[in-house]
Amino acid sequence: MVKHALRLVVLAYLLFLLILPVGLIAWRTFKDGPGPFLDALSTPSALHAFQVTFVVAGWAVVLNTAFGVPAALLLARHRFPGRRLLNALIDVPLAVSPVVVGLALILVYGAFSPAGGWLESHGVQIIFSTPGMVLATVFVCLPLVVRAIVPVLEEMGDEQEQAARTLGAGGWQTFRRITLPAIRSALGYGIVLSLARALGEYGAVAVVSGRVVDETQTLTLFVEERFENFDVQASYAAALSLAALAVVSLLATRLLRPEDGK
Amino acid sequence: MNEATVKEKPVAAGAGRSLLSGRGGTALGVGMATVFLSAVVLIPLAAVVWKGASQGPGGFWDAITAPDAWAALKLTVGASLVVALVNLVMGTLIAWVLVRDSFPGKGVLDLLIDLPFALPTIVAGLVLLTLYGTDSPVGVTLVYTRAAVVVALLFVTLPFVVRTVQPVLLELDREMEQAAASLGAGPSTIFRRIILPNLIPAMLTGTALAFARAVAEFGSVVLISGNVPFKTQVAAVHVFGRIESDDTAAAAAISTALLVLSLLILLAIDLLGRWGARRG
Amino acid sequence: MAIEIRDVNKSFGEAAVLRDVSVDIASGSLTALLGPSGGGKSTLLRVVAGLERPDSGRVMISGRDATRLPPQRRGVGFVFQHYAAFKHLTVFENVAFGLKIRKRPKAEIRRRVGELLDLVHLDRFAARYPAQLSGGQRQRMALARALAVDPEVLLLDEPFGALDAQVRRELRTWLRRLHDEVHVTTVFVTHDQEEAIEVADTIVVLADGAVQQAGTPGDVYDNPASPFVMRFLGPVTELGGRLLRPHDVEISGEPGPGTTPAVVTRVVRLGFEVRVEFRVRESGDEHDAWAQLTREAAGRLPAGPGGGIHVRPALRAATVPAGHARPAPQHGPDVPDRVST
Repeated sequence: MVKHALRLVVLAYLLFLLILPVGLIAWRTFKDGPGPFLDALSTPSALHAFQVTFVVAGWAVVLNTAFGVPAALLLARHRFPGRRLLNALIDVPLAVSPVVVGLALILVYGAFSPAGGWLESHGVQIIFSTPGMVLATVFVCLPLVVRAIVPVLEEMGDEQEQAARTLGAGGWQTFRRITLPAIRSALGYGIVLSLARALGEYGAVAVVSGRVVDETQTLTLFVEERFENFDVQASYAAALSLAALAVVSLLATRLLRPEDGK
Repeated sequence: MNEATVKEKPVAAGAGRSLLSGRGGTALGVGMATVFLSAVVLIPLAAVVWKGASQGPGGFWDAITAPDAWAALKLTVGASLVVALVNLVMGTLIAWVLVRDSFPGKGVLDLLIDLPFALPTIVAGLVLLTLYGTDSPVGVTLVYTRAAVVVALLFVTLPFVVRTVQPVLLELDREMEQAAASLGAGPSTIFRRIILPNLIPAMLTGTALAFARAVAEFGSVVLISGNVPFKTQVAAVHVFGRIESDDTAAAAAISTALLVLSLLILLAIDLLGRWGARRG
Repeated sequence: MAIEIRDVNKSFGEAAVLRDVSVDIASGSLTALLGPSGGGKSTLLRVVAGLERPDSGRVMISGRDATRLPPQRRGVGFVFQHYAAFKHLTVFENVAFGLKIRKRPKAEIRRRVGELLDLVHLDRFAARYPAQLSGGQRQRMALARALAVDPEVLLLDEPFGALDAQVRRELRTWLRRLHDEVHVTTVFVTHDQEEAIEVADTIVVLADGAVQQAGTPGDVYDNPASPFVMRFLGPVTELGGRLLRPHDVEISGEPGPGTTPAVVTRVVRLGFEVRVEFRVRESGDEHDAWAQLTREAAGRLPAGPGGGIHVRPALRAATVPAGHARPAPQHGPDVPDRVST
């Protein structure tokens, strides 16, 4: 029967592309029990990589949310010249190669550029340092919060907000008491997506960080560096931690996704 | 992932009734958004194009047609086309099975489809390398071949077509199919004449998204492709090498080529979206 | 008979939707399947179309056993409540669909579709997409599409259910006229008794998955087989333990044979009709009832609000005992041919 044939083809495709590879790495990591896994992750380099990763991802998510919420309000609630352009520009990072992102930031904020040189002379180092990595991560996550919120804002319309205004609420009160509760789960969805993307970013961070072990090495860079240096156990352990974070965020997005969450 | 663009919806005149209220609020908001976007996205990307063009059109052309760069670009576009086509077929098939079929474990499978979006690309590469590396447990060694590049790209682009086609298929009016059946159409005719035409805009949009992602991909390819120039080195990896060897001018030129390609695809997706909306 | 439905049963899970349903539908008739929502009428229509398979029982279409036939081979035209328009095809292509499937010559398709679009007054919209049509236009397109393949029977599932009241009334009259022109055996599902009475020449009342009564609109209205049918077909009031139509209540100032004393509580003028509400005292029991009078009759009303009157059912009034769920004996000049099982 056609139905069963289709099901079989799909299952085989997903088995060899998705399920087997991910399952195999989990098995390889844990085949000698959890001991080696924990050992590999408790070396100073690994711990440092965890720390760098969370610092960079945390800052990126904060900045991205601080930009994303007002930008979404602008797009959904305001008409102004250049609105379509802003709308289009927000999606641009989706189509830019992470390596190009890194190159772009180096060209502007690197020590040999005018802006980067000026900042460096004032003691601010962007490239090969945390700010550059944060910038790169913000770049790749940029659309995620905006795109999560805008549809919900449009769906809810502005009548409730207008009603709040007629009842005497100010701009901030209206936002906090009416708008924010309505977009809460969508905002959570966007933040989780951003966080997952930020924790896992590799290409852009690889370019701007300089990949200095124990200094600017994030977990994804750690995975690659350990693998290249034949420390497969550490590489697998870090990769599996990242995969676990990915699965957790996946489950979280399922719970928060606007259309299912209500 | 939410790739939808903002729909035009009328808003009452003088509509600034949110956090950024009033005309002044709009201006302030637009100003801040512009500054932020400029600092993070626009100026850096402009710098890439500027740097790429700094040696004139001749220099730009020489940089992207340097034998190794040209080979990398050709491989990238070629592999991405293959990946887009496979996604067009397999993505639609997966969406079909997820919507119309039912079997134990379907819910988990549906959840797993998003894993490539959530999994860091370097982890994706490592995972594939474990299965298709030199000591492949399934006896398929792809590492350092072009096939490996294609497999890595297939992995990271898996969700695009599935997730664009699935909602359309879910919302497809089953009564259209029943109406066609009562008018004498058999199952294959119904698929060809009723279902497929309604899915095509979503299928093409998903395919274009997958193509755009494949062209830009870096992390998942790094480990498994071996980055052999003229053979398995894709454009993003090539650019990375140029940056590492401080040849930023050439890196910027090739990046500009990639950027132009990406923008063309974004434009195509936008047009496809409008086409779909016009018929919907 | 165009359609013979015999002992059809159908359940969805635990819920029995059709229970031993048998209905005959005469060739060339325009039949309404009338009933409350959830009564099984749409399911019965879908069983006839082959869109649902009955658990047991048989469906014959034009004398042929169609029970096991797929919808493609039943020769039925089906019109859906929400039109089921092919969104990606123009109006012309929608109507031409069935003919293209049958590989008819291009010229014939063009001629036939042209005729049908004329018939449904959509000739000027042939090149439009369904999204560019109004609800009523889409429904007429769906009708033309179903008629294009010369179906032996035309089935319409709540055809006007999604339209607003004004368009509904227009399309109702139009469907009646269309049927007089085309003569194809037509069955439509509706929950609106006014629609059924106005359009159909036969009404089958379905409730709780069973046929309650079948007959001409006049039969079903004047000789309801049960309190349920009586209540469903029109307004009712209660007098002397029986249900009757409010326009069958006679009011006089003096007591007479069979009258009951009552006190007028309210008189409401609703344009051409007058609604008289009163309180009846009978055998120690008191309850409210009402009568529907013409303005002329209301002018002869013996008393205003607060005044005493005497009421009784009119001669030949259709009545059924109140408060019994079972079909009751008939009270009327003739007994309707019942298919109820």
